[in-house]
Amino acid sequence: MLDAAILGAVFASIVAAATTLLIASLGELVAERAGTLNLGVEGMMIVGAAVGYATAYGSGSLLLGTLAAVLAGVLLSLVFAGLAIWLATNQVASGLATTILGLGVAGLIGSNFVGTRLDGAPELVIPGLTDLPIIGEAVFGQNAYVYASLVLLAAVTYTLARTRIGLVLRAVGENHAAAHALGHPVRGIRTLAVMFGGACAGLAGAHLSLAYTPFWASDMTAGRGWIALALVVFSAWRPLWLLGGAYLFGAVSILQLHAQGFGLGIPSQLLSSLPYLATIAALVVISALKHGQGAPASLGVPFVPDR
Amino acid sequence: MRKILSMAVAIASGLALAGAAAPAKAAEKLKAAWVYVGPVGDFGWSYQHDQGRLAVEKKFGDKVETTFVENVSEGPDAERVIEQLARAGNKIIFTTSFGFMEPTLKVAKRHPNVYFEHATGFKRAKNVSTYNAKFHEGRYVLGQIAAKMSKTGTVGYIASFPIPEVISGINSLMLGAQSVNPDMKIKIVWVNSWFDPAKEADAAKALIDQGADVISQHTDSPAAMQAAESRGAKAFGQASDMIKFGPNAQLTAIVDDWAPYYIERVQAALDGTWTSTDTWGGMKDGEVVMAPYTNMPDDVKKMAEATQAAITSGALHPFKGPILNQKGEVVVKEGEVLADKDILSMNWYVKGIDDTVPGK
Repeated sequence: MLDAAILGAVFASIVAAATTLLIASLGELVAERAGTLNLGVEGMMIVGAAVGYATAYGSGSLLLGTLAAVLAGVLLSLVFAGLAIWLATNQVASGLATTILGLGVAGLIGSNFVGTRLDGAPELVIPGLTDLPIIGEAVFGQNAYVYASLVLLAAVTYTLARTRIGLVLRAVGENHAAAHALGHPVRGIRTLAVMFGGACAGLAGAHLSLAYTPFWASDMTAGRGWIALALVVFSAWRPLWLLGGAYLFGAVSILQLHAQGFGLGIPSQLLSSLPYLATIAALVVISALKHGQGAPASLGVPFVPDR
Repeated sequence: MRKILSMAVAIASGLALAGAAAPAKAAEKLKAAWVYVGPVGDFGWSYQHDQGRLAVEKKFGDKVETTFVENVSEGPDAERVIEQLARAGNKIIFTTSFGFMEPTLKVAKRHPNVYFEHATGFKRAKNVSTYNAKFHEGRYVLGQIAAKMSKTGTVGYIASFPIPEVISGINSLMLGAQSVNPDMKIKIVWVNSWFDPAKEADAAKALIDQGADVISQHTDSPAAMQAAESRGAKAFGQASDMIKFGPNAQLTAIVDDWAPYYIERVQAALDGTWTSTDTWGGMKDGEVVMAPYTNMPDDVKKMAEATQAAITSGALHPFKGPILNQKGEVVVKEGEVLADKDILSMNWYVKGIDDTVPGK
């Protein structure tokens, strides 16, 4: 019942499903490595989806729409940064407020676009390669967002591990007092990291409303921002593990639909919960293998300089 | 001193009286509220209910004041929302999802002077009416079209939750399909959600990848229609006319038109003639409307129109016997039709569906 054509289509769908999560969680990972827990991912993502759609619809340009989505994510992340970093408010409460604000604002922006549609982002076609069996479409037949997510992954991995700015960012996340004593602008660096998180969440939203399901509907993110947050914990704050987590989650959520189509006779409610069960199981395994969870030591702790 | 004090008391009580009088004046305006399970911007189920609400506003103007609460999850949260609306002075409250049934009944008990209207449920009370539309009538037509249009002989079905309303839709579509092609196959995918566009699109893609070339859905967003369009498959719109999302894909759509019902019920509340009723309107009552038949040859279109006319006139009933269940047992005998209450509590598949009802 599984032939090469279906397998190829399944792999292509998995890559697409994983991309939204990968982009959003990469941004949150950077914010958290700098020591800030931003629960506003869902809100920034939906605002990105709404502003991206509205701009692309008005201008006819997907590129402009994507840029506007990134900008919108950054703007909303600045609301969070202002509260949580500069006023040192509770990060959890500020993040939740950001999400709720984002959902409301997005509904307002999008209300004029309900029932309209766009042509989604085109997919890459390389004659010879895209037609390859099984992996052809998955690897060589995706849209720009998919390739951007992988470039982003490489850039974040390299920057965090190999560059001076990455080292400073991690230092701020591990011990903000020491970083401050060394003369690093803790709050400034955290703000930049949160802005990067907002940009990524906005980009993930654009992937949803401009490529995955190219229309606007309120609440179309349907909780993907929260899954992105869970994936950061799942990855133990390592970008490469994030890739594994996002693709595992994408794989399970696509495969369960196919399992139903084949009539395997497993209860659909159980199948629908599989992605979440897989995430919990992986978390258990990871924490059993390691001593700590690998969380940045200053994560979630507001920084207030002495003077 | 005492004089000043009594004056103050007099002024205060005067103010209180004025304050009490003000809401009484405002109450002459009938307050009506709607509770939606999804966002009004879903362009599907909740969107259509909200179109009905807007029709009420347009019809009654400043005699009625309407409000709505969207995105209310089914369960305890719904009870809180409905309770709040009842306390806020709403005279009639429409709760528009199956899962609001128990919360609606609970709140209705505490507010005997408020009229409640619950969509798609089956439990009523003195101040709780139920209403629904016979969407399965439309699905019978879809089944016939699917059987004519499918080259693979397989129709894909994106289902939300295994409740009678959804299951009767699947059965009706299948009976329609079998009336044209007795060997028609169906693939069913449950997404366990009313509204998750990306997941609905994934489900549509999975069904198409597995060989279904006509997609039907019982979820609320146009994502599946759009996925069918991009993959060159055909599809049926749900709740709204989704032709914009599938100009080459949409064959037709079942459009919910709640406006006639809402206007009638609000009128009854205004006149004071409201009583608890059970309304189940179909094509005949204008509640189930078919979008134009598109992207199909003329003979298929003629067949669909004839079937629609027959159902509207009552000459054809989607659940007319003989109907067999999956085990091959006769459930509806030749010459009989399935009673409404049996359609409303349906939890079994008809013969020819190669799948099991979830949880059975």
